[in-house]
Amino acid sequence: MIYDVAVIGAGVCGALIARNLSRFYLNVCVLEQESDVAMGTTRANSAIVHGGFDAKPGTLKAKLNVEGCGMMPELCGELHVPYRQNGSLVLAFDKEDVKHIHALYERGLVNGVKNLKLLNREELLKQEPNLSEKVLEALYAPSAGIVCPYELALAAIGNAMDNGVHLKLCFKVTGLSKEKEYFCISSENETVKARYVVNAAGLFADEIAKAAGEDGFFIAPRKGEYMLLDKAQGGLVNSTIFQCPSKMGKGILVTPTVDGNLLIGPTSENILDKTDSSTTQQGLEKVASTALKSVPGIQLRTVITSFAGLRACAEKEDFIIEPSKKLKGLIHVAGIESPGLSASPAIARYVMELLKREGISLKANPAFQAERRPLHHCRQMSMEMRNQLIQKEPRFGRVICRCEGITEGEIIEAIHKNPGATTLDGVKRRTRAGMGRCQGGFCTPSVIEILARELGISMEQVTKSGGGSRLLAGKCKAGECVK
Amino acid sequence: MKKADLVIIGGGPAGLAAALGAYDAGIKDIILLERDGKLGGILNQCIHNGFGLHRFGEELTGPEYAWKYQQEIFKRNISFLLDTMVLNLSPDRIVTAVNSSDGVFQIQAKAVILAMGCRERSRGALNIPGMRPAGIYSAGTAQKLVNGKGYLPGKKVVILGSGDIGLIMARRMTLEGAQVKAVCEIMPYSGGLNRNIVQCLEDFQIPLKLSHTITQIHGKDRVCGVTVAKVNRSGKPIQGTGEFIECDTVLFSVGLIPENELAKEAGIRLDPVTGGAEVFENRETSFKGIFACGNVLHVHDLVDYVSEEAELAGRSAAKFILEKWKRDGETVTLKRGEGIRYLVPQKLHRESHEALKLYFRVTDVKRNVEIVLRDGKSLLYSKRHPKVAPGEMEYVILTPEIVSRLTNNCVLEMREKEQ
Repeated sequence: MIYDVAVIGAGVCGALIARNLSRFYLNVCVLEQESDVAMGTTRANSAIVHGGFDAKPGTLKAKLNVEGCGMMPELCGELHVPYRQNGSLVLAFDKEDVKHIHALYERGLVNGVKNLKLLNREELLKQEPNLSEKVLEALYAPSAGIVCPYELALAAIGNAMDNGVHLKLCFKVTGLSKEKEYFCISSENETVKARYVVNAAGLFADEIAKAAGEDGFFIAPRKGEYMLLDKAQGGLVNSTIFQCPSKMGKGILVTPTVDGNLLIGPTSENILDKTDSSTTQQGLEKVASTALKSVPGIQLRTVITSFAGLRACAEKEDFIIEPSKKLKGLIHVAGIESPGLSASPAIARYVMELLKREGISLKANPAFQAERRPLHHCRQMSMEMRNQLIQKEPRFGRVICRCEGITEGEIIEAIHKNPGATTLDGVKRRTRAGMGRCQGGFCTPSVIEILARELGISMEQVTKSGGGSRLLAGKCKAGECVK
Repeated sequence: MKKADLVIIGGGPAGLAAALGAYDAGIKDIILLERDGKLGGILNQCIHNGFGLHRFGEELTGPEYAWKYQQEIFKRNISFLLDTMVLNLSPDRIVTAVNSSDGVFQIQAKAVILAMGCRERSRGALNIPGMRPAGIYSAGTAQKLVNGKGYLPGKKVVILGSGDIGLIMARRMTLEGAQVKAVCEIMPYSGGLNRNIVQCLEDFQIPLKLSHTITQIHGKDRVCGVTVAKVNRSGKPIQGTGEFIECDTVLFSVGLIPENELAKEAGIRLDPVTGGAEVFENRETSFKGIFACGNVLHVHDLVDYVSEEAELAGRSAAKFILEKWKRDGETVTLKRGEGIRYLVPQKLHRESHEALKLYFRVTDVKRNVEIVLRDGKSLLYSKRHPKVAPGEMEYVILTPEIVSRLTNNCVLEMREKEQ
């Protein structure tokens, strides 16, 4: 078959673009090189929806950030993704900083950010009593919020699939060419044909462009390291706390997450390897010391994990969202670094405009369901609702992950509901099983068993995150004897 | 709402012994709640021997030790629910739990015993830099996979931390055909029992690298190696001492944490050092009628001591339910002095008139020391110890006569003998 549109990349942008396309009578497929969606930049970032005062006026970043921030509450409502509008603060510690946040305030007004406010020290400490005493002033953006990026991408792809979009995982694009009417996109095993192509390949968007014969841009990975702290620390701050931004990014922030943990980070380091998501001693030390400058009461003892994510940075200081200069019908969505998550709903809308300009015909699909029925979250249900559910399906009464209170029923649902989890990390991202304070110590063996049973594979075939990430080396000697 | 005299949270060694203690002291209306599919807790995956020397005078495996207690539970017809997870405990002793057959339900108890055990510290808590590939497990998870599920997590192993589970797993993995390349311990001494170092490492020629830590984990999909470096006295890696060890698996045995989330949410006062509740000599917490015992109270070395403590908690809960317990008397808080990391119990009722077994751990490895209990300058008790180590739990037994003289000024401390 020939698809109308192929979206390359199942990060948050690819996912939201696919969902937008599923509103119309179109055959759409999403091609993702990894074993799951949201495995690149979307997997690990600050999970912030920025107000939009930071980007230079007139840029796509500025325009789409402010628009995206405004679209986020409704979008998250439709997809049942937790979103909290907790506001953000940029702290000023000295006179230079004060000048800087005043400039940001002015810039925010030009960008159209609503309700921006400068807070003096007293107002600030009243609002956030755990901030450093040394703070002088702050810029408050009440429209900013927090959202879990991979949850948003999972929900968007799931909703798109429910509305007919095909998802092809482990599809690493090796070639992209255009025959008369359509593109041929090949991987090692398969070729997909499509009339239009959206290149939302994140860190690899330049390589997709190159495959199409273009070398107009170059994407460099920029690493950011983070630490995630126990929920006991989640209440230290209400808003997202920034220090003054620099050329390398918005600096190290302190923020609650939608799940109630405290997140601190990121560092900002240009690297060469697009797959190097390792943390470093120096990086983690820097995260810790800088975060303590904003919120001195953070108890670093309560760190439950640390991780690193990679930003997809273009040389140009703006998003690259434009039609290919070589091949008609190909749209690049590249260089989506911060504020990419914030802008993603607006990026997806803008891409529809570009596709229209390329000549795509859009006929609304009346069967489109904007709402995605969420997975069950037993821990958030009332006792009555929970009992009704357990009566229907007793496995919702069997707790597998103790720390987060995740049941067998929820894990089975995550494996079978679009987009189905096939790996340990996939289950973790969809359900939070293994994400709590013991970090999977207790539930890993049970989740491996459930995955093997539900997918009809052996325990040894279960992986952490696809590819060669097998979790078990084989059966024990005793197991052999029993056989 | 269901009602019960006594609800015990946890059906591991502590919960089982607590149930027996309470039953034999006259409480028959007991409900034991266990989150796993069978009673016995973590003992079920501890198939090595070494359990029960103090309690039964013989060396048992973990499942054997658990079985002995289970049989006593069955004999007395004490009721228990399996695959049942407690979700909440209120200060007035309403326990909310969930399972597949009863759904979410609540029990109003006259007394509650906390016996939830402990969990392992994870790699994340140590902030060890590097990638996050497959093949990184805590030692207990590896033990569950090998002994509980029959699968080997990997074939070339480096273990960080020389806690007992790490040492046991070094031997277990070796017996299953894996190659354990090293056990690294950041401290200059092992955190495990001496007998485990001999029987699990030395007997199998597995190198124990003291004052070493893992500074980096390598591998994108699966672990392909670790960098191990020597550390200085403050535990920081020394530059230039890094060594790459090829392996496909890293096991962490870096400490146990009492699993006290229920207690914390209920508002029970915890001891920041043990991570468990602050208790009186009868193992009652800061909330009336809520008791704690076993590894949820403080991490023990030997299950025999867990059983002993849990029986005491069970008897105390029975006394409380039968209203035989005088709770209005004067209480005393003991202080820990030089060289003492923690004390359990932290508090006592002075008129308890019973001998007191006071458990403690020391802060450092020392030879030839004296453990001293003093009230200001006056000496109440002293005992010589030829060797003490943080890895070995110690105790002193105070006679009823000494107990009656205890005051809030009493300090337990370790003194080094002058040469």
